Amino acid sequence: MDSETRIKSENVDFFYGRTQALKNINLDIYKNQVTAIIGPSGCGKSTFIRLLNRMNELVPNTVLIGKIYLDGMDIFGPSVDAVEIRRQVGMVFQKPNPFPKSIFDNISYGLKANGIKDRSFIEERVEWSLKKAALWPEVKDRLSESALRLSGGQQQRLCIARSLAVESKVILFDEPCASLDPISTAKIEELITELKKEYTIVIVTHNMQQAARVSDYTAFFLMGELIEFGKTQDIFTKPKDPKTEAYITGRFG
Amino acid sequence: MKKDIIQNLGFFALILSVATTLIFLGSIIYFISIRGFKVISWEFLTQGPRLGMTQGGIAPAIIGTFYLTLGAMLFALPLGIACAIYLCEYSPKGFIVNLIRISINNLAGVPSVVFGLFGLAVFVKFFCLGVSVLSGSLTLGILTLPLIISSAQEALLAVPQSIREASLSLGATRWGTIKNIVLPTALPGILTGVILSIGRVAGETAPILFTAATFYTRGYPKSVFSEVMALPYHIYALMTEGTHPDKQTAIAYGASLTLLFIVLMISGIAIFIRQRQRGIYG
Repeated sequence: MDSETRIKSENVDFFYGRTQALKNINLDIYKNQVTAIIGPSGCGKSTFIRLLNRMNELVPNTVLIGKIYLDGMDIFGPSVDAVEIRRQVGMVFQKPNPFPKSIFDNISYGLKANGIKDRSFIEERVEWSLKKAALWPEVKDRLSESALRLSGGQQQRLCIARSLAVESKVILFDEPCASLDPISTAKIEELITELKKEYTIVIVTHNMQQAARVSDYTAFFLMGELIEFGKTQDIFTKPKDPKTEAYITGRFG
Repeated sequence: MKKDIIQNLGFFALILSVATTLIFLGSIIYFISIRGFKVISWEFLTQGPRLGMTQGGIAPAIIGTFYLTLGAMLFALPLGIACAIYLCEYSPKGFIVNLIRISINNLAGVPSVVFGLFGLAVFVKFFCLGVSVLSGSLTLGILTLPLIISSAQEALLAVPQSIREASLSLGATRWGTIKNIVLPTALPGILTGVILSIGRVAGETAPILFTAATFYTRGYPKSVFSEVMALPYHIYALMTEGTHPDKQTAIAYGASLTLLFIVLMISGIAIFIRQRQRGIYG
């Protein structure tokens, strides 16, 4: 069973100055599925997901060749606003990065940045997002406290809630559990599984077990190339490429 | 054993340095206070000088210093912070921006009397603003710009890149990110620079020597084009001119104590604001 394609990457090459970080990437990301991107450090997996919400264009001297489509629309098209793409394609970063503001303001910030002023709508939305991110019971009585007082795992769920609030369709996770303890990690993974019912999720991870646990599809990157892409089950049980097999069995990486 | 001795000697030298600094600092405050308190009274702070500056107070000089400092800040703060934002957040990184940055830092090392001459040539003469509060404020503002720019830059650079990215990833614009995330986070740091620059501006003598300050005025400045008395210059005048050095010296110490107090008070307010900001953002 193949689902609908939400993001399509077509012949993507990407350069930092003269260094080629991505080589001819063709990859479909399916709607309401979790796609894991695995590979050793420096293989281009973070670079790749940072293209999907046009974050990489903030880095000077970069060149992109090829096309990336979001629901059929070329996201680098001349009339497309990067700001609008980033609203639709949210991102959760490696280290929790809440704003130095209150818990409430962390969530409402994105709404306000997108021009929403209706106070009661914002309040509703904050509660809704925190509930979605499974953080509401822990913070409902201290919404005005600084977000920096939350634990790392709570901060990361706050960051997830923040990106749910602006009604993104896709959420990119860039090693979201790299700095979290196992219990917080388990909560995030549980949340990802829950969220895929409504969102399309791409997760970059160094943790093979995590990829196996949460994802439906897995892409294996090596030195800027997409070596293998397929159903997670297949990638982990019968990889076609010997390099994939070597990596998932822990022979390098 | 030998290591311990060297280590202890090292610590001792450090403690000695701190103690020496504290002694100097303490003695400045002590001597100025002892001599200054003798002449300070309500009249001293609220009246103008009388009888060839041997009697009366320093009120016009206090007001003058206040106007000059305020004027300099009104001019230099927005300009300096805007420059810092451009240099940190917008400008392409590269040779030219580095050159600009180095130039600005070098400008901070230019002797203040040179700024005074510049102010005389440009504001007083060329723009025909005359010897006035306006000329003096602009000169002081330019003098303090490098300090404001470099401290604001440092504060902006200290804002973690990750929260800029977080803001952008939520669909905020670059300007929205700067205004709502970067600036509030950098504010305590920027305020530190402001505190330093206010202290410097209020105490500078040379830049206002030719551009704003005068020996004596009857009453208070009426507009931004009036000449003013200013505390630092008034102290200088009391010590170098006039006919009764002994009486004038006493008044000079009173004026010094007042200036010291004003600068400390302004710093205190800024530190208070900074701490409150830290409370919210830390």
